[in-house]
Amino acid sequence: MNPRRPRLLMVVGVVGLAAATACAPGSGGSSTASTPTPGATVSTDVAKAGKVTLTVWDQEVRGGQAAQMSQLNKEFKAKYPNVTIKRVSRSFDDLKTTLRLALSGTQPPDVVEANNGRSDMGAFVTAGQLRPLDAYAKAYGWEARYPQSVRQYSSYSPDGKTFGQGSLYGLPQVGEVVGIYYNAKKLAAAGVQPPKTWAEFESALAAVKAKGEVPMMFGNLDKWPAIHVFGTVQGRTTPADAVTQLAFGRKGGSWTTPENTKAAQTLVDWVDKGYFEPGFNGQGYDPAWQAFSKGKGAFLIAGTWLQADLQKAMGSDVRFMLPPGQAADAKPVATGGTGLPFSVTSKSPHPDVAAAYINFITDPHAMEVLASTGNLPVADTAAQQVSAGLQKDVFNAFGTVVKADGLLPYLDYTTPTMPDTLGAGLQDLLAKKASPQQFLQRIQKDYGDFSSTNG
Amino acid sequence: MTVERVAPGAVEEALQPPRRRSGGGPPGEPRRVAYLYLLPAFLVYAAFLLYPLARSVQLSFYRWDGLSLGTWVGLGNYVDVVRDAGLRAAFGHALVLMVFYAVVPLVVGLVLASILNRAKVRGLGFFRTVVFLPQVVAMVVVAVAWRRIYAPDGTLNSLLSALGLGSLTRGWLGDYTLALPAVGFIGTWFETGLVTVLLLAGMGRISGELYEAARLDGAGPVREFLAVTLPSVRGEIAVALTLTVIAALRTFDLVYVTTRGGPGNSTSVPSYEVYHRAFELGQVGSAAAIGVCLTIIIFVISFGITRIGDRDTTR
Repeated sequence: MNPRRPRLLMVVGVVGLAAATACAPGSGGSSTASTPTPGATVSTDVAKAGKVTLTVWDQEVRGGQAAQMSQLNKEFKAKYPNVTIKRVSRSFDDLKTTLRLALSGTQPPDVVEANNGRSDMGAFVTAGQLRPLDAYAKAYGWEARYPQSVRQYSSYSPDGKTFGQGSLYGLPQVGEVVGIYYNAKKLAAAGVQPPKTWAEFESALAAVKAKGEVPMMFGNLDKWPAIHVFGTVQGRTTPADAVTQLAFGRKGGSWTTPENTKAAQTLVDWVDKGYFEPGFNGQGYDPAWQAFSKGKGAFLIAGTWLQADLQKAMGSDVRFMLPPGQAADAKPVATGGTGLPFSVTSKSPHPDVAAAYINFITDPHAMEVLASTGNLPVADTAAQQVSAGLQKDVFNAFGTVVKADGLLPYLDYTTPTMPDTLGAGLQDLLAKKASPQQFLQRIQKDYGDFSSTNG
Repeated sequence: MTVERVAPGAVEEALQPPRRRSGGGPPGEPRRVAYLYLLPAFLVYAAFLLYPLARSVQLSFYRWDGLSLGTWVGLGNYVDVVRDAGLRAAFGHALVLMVFYAVVPLVVGLVLASILNRAKVRGLGFFRTVVFLPQVVAMVVVAVAWRRIYAPDGTLNSLLSALGLGSLTRGWLGDYTLALPAVGFIGTWFETGLVTVLLLAGMGRISGELYEAARLDGAGPVREFLAVTLPSVRGEIAVALTLTVIAALRTFDLVYVTTRGGPGNSTSVPSYEVYHRAFELGQVGSAAAIGVCLTIIIFVISFGITRIGDRDTTR
């Protein structure tokens, strides 16, 4: 007799029994947390709160990020000696994977840095795990301080289904915008001025190409970088409100419009004309911008997060600009957003102190601290004293685009599955495995399936 | 059988402690008390393996985002796994990887090991170490290194250009037909050492007399290999195949670091989908269903392989 059989049966039996008798996942009490009602009375007086320990989970682990956080925490503790801050900081990826479990536990942290997107913040709002901050926004005057194009990234309807509108669930410290870095030396060598219009930009690409240089550095092995390039092009072809509607996954929009087709076609044309570095689908994002910093390529479409590294490597050779519009005086429009917003958990016993903490790390003084530690503050950006050159370019660009309410959401916010659909779709498009029409139909299907069931 | 039936002798019976008699059976037969000895190990096994497994199976019957209350969907998640063309492709990719992880290393390993074994080269230990070295390096490090090698401006392309084969250069991991073989080749490089060392150990055990006898019968090196070496290391082959096939089917870190499933979805694998769905999309139930399917496939395949190994060694 084979001794394996009864053992196998037993395992199957145990598994089956456990599956049959256990109760539904998520029924362990966490989901029954009542959603706090917005508009309840709030207090901004921290000193009165007595002895409080505030647990804060953040992802500010790198250089300047870590520096600003520890400085602001120290200042907060000096101002309010009755509050002890217990800081837990993890890298972005670690935070993303552990926060889900922490929030569904019985004693979640008080303040958490939650990623803006639907599968993170949206899911937490749906599960009633984050506290709406509207009452605090009123008490602290956040609405006057942050324009709608910044607040939208941490706004959800209370059921978590609508993104970009509704209650405020968090506040970010830093901003980011995707623009165009250029190598000033290379442009001069090709005899072109920094472009003021989109047409000038495209002719500059052609001029650099004619010189035998790589016009644009681009590495798309990681799938997502093309989303930023596509978003930048789409911002020129498609009206801003149409992009916003699509990117927040709201009903009624369409990807298969002539404008979006034109954007997709532009990318294909750029591939045909050899504007991108050859082999870009097999090149990593980091090696691509590192090659740019070593003098390869004239342009690089990327976010402000590369500013410090590029400045260090290239000095005054590198400059930054918002993607130019069709006309020189067109409204500035660029893909961008905010850093991860800080939110208050529903189960926190000290929401008032938690909100005061968030206010403290985002107030005008905090913005100065952020700028002085090499971060891009989300508010009062243009007012900061920074060195001329790249950093000034970046601060001006973000200040300008926010002031004009021209921030377009990242396209991968659209649906939870969109980062993958769009990333893979763009790789297919750029490798000519899909036509612009096929590419857009695929995106439209993902968007349509989601937005029609999302209510 | 009953207790009374066993009565080897009155004296012996008197000497035997009553406890043992009530256990029944002749000495050496399994007794129920044995289960008690198994209990500690079983508890650990149950807590860290059976319980999580049961939970996964349970979760796979729900639609659950990991946060709020899950809803029972029965076999819905499994139906989706079968229906989803992208997922079917992912399982297909895992099977292709199996060739690169298991079959190729086995062939290369057999050749390498028999050469190393026959030639009795000086510094065998050195070569064995070199061949085994990839196993020592963490997979993430391996993946990062190979990403550099495959880059458009990477080592492989420089080498090809230097050899006058510039027309072959490309972004290897961004090439739709070659990305999966490129990833698979990393697996080959990684697993060959393990297989070779396993086989070398097996070949070292083969008695020299067998080879002598074969030679007396007029066998050449190839015949010798087929008639003596190969049958003698079947057990090792089974072990090597089991290890490498499992490694192929659960590939995650390699794909995660090198391609993230791209270009398009041409290198997506089931394990990556499990991670992606559970931690990035919040589809815990669906992720669990994929995981359970993967477990069953691995179980069936490795069960088959061990059966082949068992039969050969007992013959």
